[in-house]
Amino acid sequence: MLQDLSSKFDKILKKVTGQGKITEKNVSDTLREIRRILLDADVNFKVTKDFVESVSQKAMGQEVLVSVTPGQLLTKIFFDELVVLLGSESVSITLNPAGITKLMVVGLQGSGKTTFCGKLAKRLKSQGRKPLLVAADIYRPAAIEQLKILGKSIDVPVFSLDIKDARKIAQESMDYAKQVNCDTIILDTAGRLHVDQDMMTEVTDIKKIINPEEVLFVVDSMTGQDAVNSAKAFNEQVAFDGIVLTKMDGDAKGGCALSIRSVVGKPIKFICNGEKLDALDVFYPDRLASRILGKGDIVSLVEKAQEQFDEDEAAELEEKLRKNQLDFDTFLKQIKMIKKMGSISSLLGMIPGLGAQIKDAQIDEKALVRVEAIINSMTKEERKKPKILNGGRRKRIARGSGTSIQDVNRLVKQFNDMQQLFARMNKVGFKGRF
Amino acid sequence: MKLFKNLNFDKLKEGLTKTREKIVNRISETIAGKAKLDTEILDEIEEVLLTSDIGFETSEAIITETKKRLKSVQERTEPVIIQAVKEVIEDLLRSSGSSDDFQPALEKHKPFVIIVVGINGAGKTTTIGKLAHNFKQSNLNVVIGAADTFRAAANEQLEIWAKRAGVEIIQKGQGTDPSSVVYETIQEAVQKKFDVAIIDTAGRLHTKMDLMEELKKINRTIKKVLPDAPHETFLVLDGTTGQNALVQAEEFAKSTPITGLVITKLDGTAKGGAIIQICHKQKYPIRYIGIGESIDDLQTFSPYEFVEALFS
Repeated sequence: MLQDLSSKFDKILKKVTGQGKITEKNVSDTLREIRRILLDADVNFKVTKDFVESVSQKAMGQEVLVSVTPGQLLTKIFFDELVVLLGSESVSITLNPAGITKLMVVGLQGSGKTTFCGKLAKRLKSQGRKPLLVAADIYRPAAIEQLKILGKSIDVPVFSLDIKDARKIAQESMDYAKQVNCDTIILDTAGRLHVDQDMMTEVTDIKKIINPEEVLFVVDSMTGQDAVNSAKAFNEQVAFDGIVLTKMDGDAKGGCALSIRSVVGKPIKFICNGEKLDALDVFYPDRLASRILGKGDIVSLVEKAQEQFDEDEAAELEEKLRKNQLDFDTFLKQIKMIKKMGSISSLLGMIPGLGAQIKDAQIDEKALVRVEAIINSMTKEERKKPKILNGGRRKRIARGSGTSIQDVNRLVKQFNDMQQLFARMNKVGFKGRF
Repeated sequence: MKLFKNLNFDKLKEGLTKTREKIVNRISETIAGKAKLDTEILDEIEEVLLTSDIGFETSEAIITETKKRLKSVQERTEPVIIQAVKEVIEDLLRSSGSSDDFQPALEKHKPFVIIVVGINGAGKTTTIGKLAHNFKQSNLNVVIGAADTFRAAANEQLEIWAKRAGVEIIQKGQGTDPSSVVYETIQEAVQKKFDVAIIDTAGRLHTKMDLMEELKKINRTIKKVLPDAPHETFLVLDGTTGQNALVQAEEFAKSTPITGLVITKLDGTAKGGAIIQICHKQKYPIRYIGIGESIDDLQTFSPYEFVEALFS
């Protein structure tokens, strides 16, 4: 996701750390390079300029005198500024406790609106709401069909009419919601260009008709400099309440999130990071900022684990990581969790310090099976005390698990690396905040 | 035989108006009253290029080249500078093999097999509908293979386009192996002597290894029936995409040999400058541009007209 950006930041930060002091010169070098990184990450030109200016002001100001290392200080300033740019707190969507909540989804063509509607419906349903999907995209061939298929797969009703009148569909969906006893309408609109005045009028009309609690603007995370133009135009005409950032499972740097957030001032509420209907995350600005800095997000990793496993187990894991009591039993448990949680690559990006390292790594999902086999071939004692794994034991384990001794060695090495990583993290604070 | 006419040049112009105005205004503002091509002016031109998604390196390269060409020029007036920038960009576009009169070599192969690939939401299916329509208008028999068996209703969407274009379509249910659709399409194209077979593939992020492997498999499947096919592989890029377009081109090329690019959604305010970067760094020719949702809104790309529309 933002690993590229992270790795570049890492590089710069390494350059900066280890130098005795921030001098005007080395900060200005770094800032110039950051400007370049941000532009390469599709952050809008003007936003980049402002960002670099504000960071440079802070770096040159009083705070430089504080007795921390220059690298830490600069890192902190970047982080803080990124958080400010991204919005300081996470915001959830407005749901009416009583009556029907109406949510409306708008955006450009191909940004991922329909898929997001399916994801949101699934999410709300799992939270006990009774969503109704409304298909108001009467233009794109088979868009309605697509929503119907999505609705069916998650057992959520879909309202559509065989007419070419999106306004009427919106209007009638509200009565229908009452009839079928749904409490949340998710209205999918057609993709449209912000310069297409007829289409923009249609979408503002629909908004007037249903008077939604929330309008969500869906944007492709790969969008370039133009992101600010479309977001601005949509915001001026439809006044949306939140932003949904899609296709974050790709390797786009996602700089447009920074641009849009800072230009329209609306919060980013959701992140879509996969094609499956549960690939939906709530957006946390500080997490994205730390992710950009390559510091990762162990918090969200633990949280994700909590969602799917009982809290005790998650707490135990967190405790073990905190106390640096990682052993092969925990490791095996983690692997099993990871397997249930989804793709490894998306999870690895969240682990602090790994962002930069796994950039080019191809994740072989089958490797997990081998790892499991290896750990299963260890004795209880070996799992608890990995230090006792000598040559003879490793040979036996390799035979027992049907792997090679190299495989076993590699695993032990990875395990040790991970232990060191957690030790380092614990030293600097568990939340990965420096 | 000219299949595509650039009938909608005005539409492209219209779409790019904002860019054009911006660039011209900025450049005019910058150089008005100044006869010298100083660093400040070039910095501002660079800014204009950067805000068009042309990217850091390519912008720098354009500036450097412009400087070089203007070195011996005495009269550095506004039109001279703009003309120089235009020429540099046009040369960049042409250096990738992009030409004003691209035609697929349809007469050389029968069936002529085209694969269309790209990430989710780039506009593949729409592009295929438009391509099929254009071929059909030239009295060619076209069959489309619906190998996007993943996305909900992808089949239905393509079917509607096929109907609009009046061409054949081969499809199977959602979730079937795309290669089997491909195989059937090519078989059908050979047996029934179709002129053109176009394969639609599922949108895939270039970071998904398994899906990229699937593309390789589709290629192998085609070769089983027709060893010299596919004859064209078009990568569809969303014109609003920023720097990631470059990565997409690079990554897709690893799984399937890209022969040309199609840039969509150029009827908005996006500048599509990322394609200039791709031409600069990767040398894939741009073949078509999409400038709207109706069936006629596909044009043959022309470096000259693109740059003219950008600056005129």
